[in-house]
Order: sequence, then C-alpha cells, then structure tokens
Amino acid sequence: MEWQFLFELSVNGLLTGMMYALIAVGFVLIYKSTDAINFAQGEFVMIAAIVVAGMATNYGFPLIAAIAVGLVFMIVFNLALERFVLRPMIGRPIVAIIMATIGLALVLQGAGPLVFGAGTKPLDIGVPDEPLIIGPLFMTPIDVVGAAISIAFLAVFGWFFMKSRKGVAMRAVADSHMTSIAMGINVERYFALAWILAGVVALLGGLVWGSAIGVDTQMAALGLKVFPVVILGGLDSIIGVVIGGLIIGLVEALAAGYVDPFVGGGTKDFTPYVLMILVLMFRPYGMFGKPIIERI
Amino acid sequence: MFHRESGYFKTSYQADMALYPLPIAKYTIWAFLAIFFVACPMLLDEYHLSIINLVAIAVVGVLGLNILVGYTGQISIGHAAFMSVGAYTAANLATKLDLPFWLTVPLGGLMAAFIGILVGIPSLRIKGLYLAIATLAAQFIIEWIINHTPSISGGVAASIEMPRPVFFGMELANQAELYYFLMFIMVIAIIGALNLVRSRIGRSFIAVRDQEIAAEIIGINVFKTKLIAFAVSSFYAGVCGVMYTYYLGIANYENFQLITSIDYLAMVIIGGLGSILGSIFGAAFITMLPIVIRLWMEAFGSIFVDDAALAQVIAQFRLIIFGGLIIVFLVVEPDGLAKLWQNIRNYFRTWPFSY
Repeated sequence: MEWQFLFELSVNGLLTGMMYALIAVGFVLIYKSTDAINFAQGEFVMIAAIVVAGMATNYGFPLIAAIAVGLVFMIVFNLALERFVLRPMIGRPIVAIIMATIGLALVLQGAGPLVFGAGTKPLDIGVPDEPLIIGPLFMTPIDVVGAAISIAFLAVFGWFFMKSRKGVAMRAVADSHMTSIAMGINVERYFALAWILAGVVALLGGLVWGSAIGVDTQMAALGLKVFPVVILGGLDSIIGVVIGGLIIGLVEALAAGYVDPFVGGGTKDFTPYVLMILVLMFRPYGMFGKPIIERI
Repeated sequence: MFHRESGYFKTSYQADMALYPLPIAKYTIWAFLAIFFVACPMLLDEYHLSIINLVAIAVVGVLGLNILVGYTGQISIGHAAFMSVGAYTAANLATKLDLPFWLTVPLGGLMAAFIGILVGIPSLRIKGLYLAIATLAAQFIIEWIINHTPSISGGVAASIEMPRPVFFGMELANQAELYYFLMFIMVIAIIGALNLVRSRIGRSFIAVRDQEIAAEIIGINVFKTKLIAFAVSSFYAGVCGVMYTYYLGIANYENFQLITSIDYLAMVIIGGLGSILGSIFGAAFITMLPIVIRLWMEAFGSIFVDDAALAQVIAQFRLIIFGGLIIVFLVVEPDGLAKLWQNIRNYFRTWPFSY
C-alpha cells in the first residue's frame, strides 16, 4: 500500500512536471534569444486562456474558432509588445526589464477580467473528467493529455532548434547578437519570432492548464510556480526545462503527500523554492545554464 | 531643492560632497520642515494626515530598496518579506516583553538586517536574474515560515495586535499624534541615507553597481559591500515594517506579500534609481495613486458602469493604470521622477536668459 501511494504520487507529479515544462519553455525562449526574463509569462498563459474561454462562452464561438482567435491575438499582442515595450529596453539594467514585464503582468491581470468578466470560466477541450485507472493507478486524463502535448511540443521544438534554418539562426542570435548581425542575420526579426513563439507556447499552456484548473486570474500564479523550474534547469536550456519540470513536479507531489500532514499544508508552494536555492548555492547558473563570463 | 545655482561651480571634493551645496539649500530644508511639522498638522484633518503618514512609511521602505537596487545594483523582489520580519519582531517584543517603541523600532530593523544578511550571502555567486529569483524565493520562504510558526505569528490568522506607542506617558492613539512619530523616523531615515551615499561605504556601493570586477581591482571587498547593502536595505525595510505595524495597530503578514514588494520596486523605478529625492517622489506618487484613482472612479465611474460592479472595476483599473505607468516610465523616462525634476530645474537654471 505504501509503495503504491508513492508510485501514484510520483507518476502524477511527473505528469504535472511535464505541464510545468510547457509553460517554462516560454521563459527560456525569451531569455535565450533576447536576454530578457519575462515575468509576465504566467499572465500570457492566463490571457490566452481567458481570450479562448471568453470567446467560447461569452460569444458562443466554436472551440476551433476560439482557439484561432486566441492564436491571432497572442501573435499580434506579442509582436506589438516586442516592438513598443521590449525593444526600447535593450541594453538597460536588468531591473528595468524585470519591472517592465511585471508592469505588463499587472496590466494583463486587470485587463483580462475587465474585458471578459471576472468569473471562473470553464474551458472544455474535449478531455473526459473521469479518472483514468490503469491497474492500481489513478490519473487525471487532462494531466495525461497535457503531458503528451508538452512532450510532443518539446520534441517539435527540439527539431526546430537543431535542424531547421530558422532554428539555427535563432541559436546564433542567442549566442551572440553582434556575430549574428555580422553574419547577415536580421536580429530584430528573430527577437520578434521568439516573442511570437512564446505567445504560441502560452496559448498551448493556457488550453491545457485552463481545462485542468478553470480559467480565471488565479492562472497567473502559474508563472510563479514555474520560476523554480526554469532556474533549476538553467535559464537558457530547453533540456534543463524538461528535467527541472520533472524534478519540481515530483518534489511538489511528494511534499504534498508526505510532509503536508505534519506541518499543516502549503509545502507545495514552498519546497520548490527551497530546492531551487539549494541548487543555486552549488550551481549558480542552474543545472544546465550557460555561465556568464564577466569582462571589464 | 528649489534654488537656482547658475554660475556655481564646485572646486573641491569637499564642496562636491557637501549636504547643502549652497546656503539657500539649507533654508529650503528648514522651510520644508516648518511646513510639514508645523503647518500640516495644524491645517489638515485626520484623513489627510493619515495619507501623509502612509507616505512617510513608504519613504523609509523605498530608501532601503533604493540603496540595494539603485545604488548597489542588486535586485531584490523580497523587500516586503524583510518588512514582515521587522513587523513581527517588534510586535512580539512589544506584546511579550512590553518594550517601548524606541527599542522595538531599532530591534525590528536589526532583526530584519540579520535575515537580510542571510539572504544576501548567495549574492556573491548568484547574479542578475538568478539573484532576482533567489530573493523571490526568500519572499515565499520567509512568508511561509512566519505563517506556519505560531510562536512568531501569534497563532490565529497570523496576526498580532500591536499596542500604541507611548511617548513620555502620552499614548499616540490617533493619526495626528502618530504623525510626528512617523515623520520623525522618516526624517532620520532620509538624513541617514543622504549621509550613507556620500560616505566611503556609499561610494563603494556605486562602484560595485557600475563594474563589479573593476571595483574589486581598486580594492573594494565586493562580498562585504554587498552584504552591507543587504543589511542596510533590510534594516530600512524592517523599520518600515515596524512603522506600518504601529500605524495599523496590527501585525499581519497579508500586508507584506509579493504585491507589496512589487509596489516598492515600482516606487524605486518611478521615483528614480539611485536617487534619494527620487525615493521620496516615488513613495508619494505610488502611495497616493490608488487614492486618486479611487476618487476619480467614484466621481466619474458611475457614468460608464453601474454601482454594483464599480468596486471590482476600480480594482481592475488600478492594476491597469499602475502597470501601464510603470511601463510608460521605463520606456519614456527611465530615470524617473527625479530626472523629470532635474529637467525642470535645468530649464529654470538660466531662465529667463537661456542664451
């Protein structure tokens, strides 16, 4: 019985971890190519889900059409954002860029409910609610679907970065802006591409998480849950995101299962950060992050 | 602050470091003290004084954060957690040991400084964005520990009722009486910060911010400097937390959550990074912004939305305006209100004979 409990916690934790990785990859994309960290990634996920759910419930759009509207919205919004907010910020101190994205997060938290209403909306992407039972294991179907989507997307992503021409160019931009310019790469276009991709990732995350926990401003808290994942793996590593996601998902589930009964709850929100600090003490750039070499 | 310094050139280091560049600066300061310590309490009612009280509390907190972020270049998203350390320390000391305010205020600050040093230790290795998120972790961890330790948080709802400060047998019970108490601490905090940033330590803060390796080469102990910055910043935060606790009459962790940290970062950014005057501007601006928005919305909001939904719409509008202002300031005037003030002064410096 004891082993079965452990096994069940671990499997569900790993599934949640894969879903975290789906959101976390948005951070990595932005950081890798533009050296900015996007504190509003959780809000991107939220706003994408709110647009899709709002279109579907408030205006009676069919799901596919609502998703299409969400996709167009995220692409246009992120393009505008890159052009008018983030591009003027290039070369500013880190705290300025952090604050700009925090300001953006606040705007989105206010604007989403203002336009589409503040109540929690359901988002049904056609995944059944009954728990999936395989032998002794209980799983939530949306977790399984979410993890599957996440794995599929990360695989496509890996292919894109390693093989496609645009992906290689993006890696070059991430490596060195100056060299990329010298090699004839239009760096600004790839910045825009990175933000668009982050928007698409946020839409996927919004669909999966929205149908798992319901769509309202609470979804923005996902952004905070995902920070330990990104930092653990290293801010600029896609492999790191997957491994970080799995570790955090596992630790969260085990802490909730084994520690919570003794200390009265809440360890789920707190253990990932403790783990993150411990890892940072030994590896200041996460497990797979690229160390920054300082020069005068 | 208001004087024009046309034709005044500094010729010695002493002149450059002086607190008052010209005698008129000293008179301006005295005039301000007279306005705030004599005129305001006489002319304003209790509600307006309570707003100035809030600004005074915020000024202390912002000065602390500006010393860390603006002067030393270390990012902290956990400032509110240090305030809560100060607040709960003071509340426990005041209720369990019956200590008077002139002990609880510095002791709350010292406890926060101690925790701040602990949080600052990783800053030697962890830098930039990673440090930002490490301080975010500190925010969550400190909040969780306070919340889950009944001996610190006072058990039910994690709040402790705070006795009013007693000044020579006189209990400071209402806002008008608290006004002098809070303003006095604020003035000391401002003088302390002004003197800190023109001292050797303050200059080494700036050196570390501008180029860490270069600072190390010219003989600054970078680790020690960063720890001092964390300690001073957290001390200010702790004192700010104690002030806020005395102001509210209750210590509650809900006043010191992540959103408060973000508020204070916004005050630093909008006021001006690395500017004492900017800290004061930023604190006043951000503290009064929600009050002004609420007044406007209550006056004009009912034209657009019905009254039932108004409260919620006000909250949403506040977020949008607040976030939007941060972005606009960062894009248009990255040096904040302090720089705007500087621009106005520069314009009038040679006015009316600009050429």
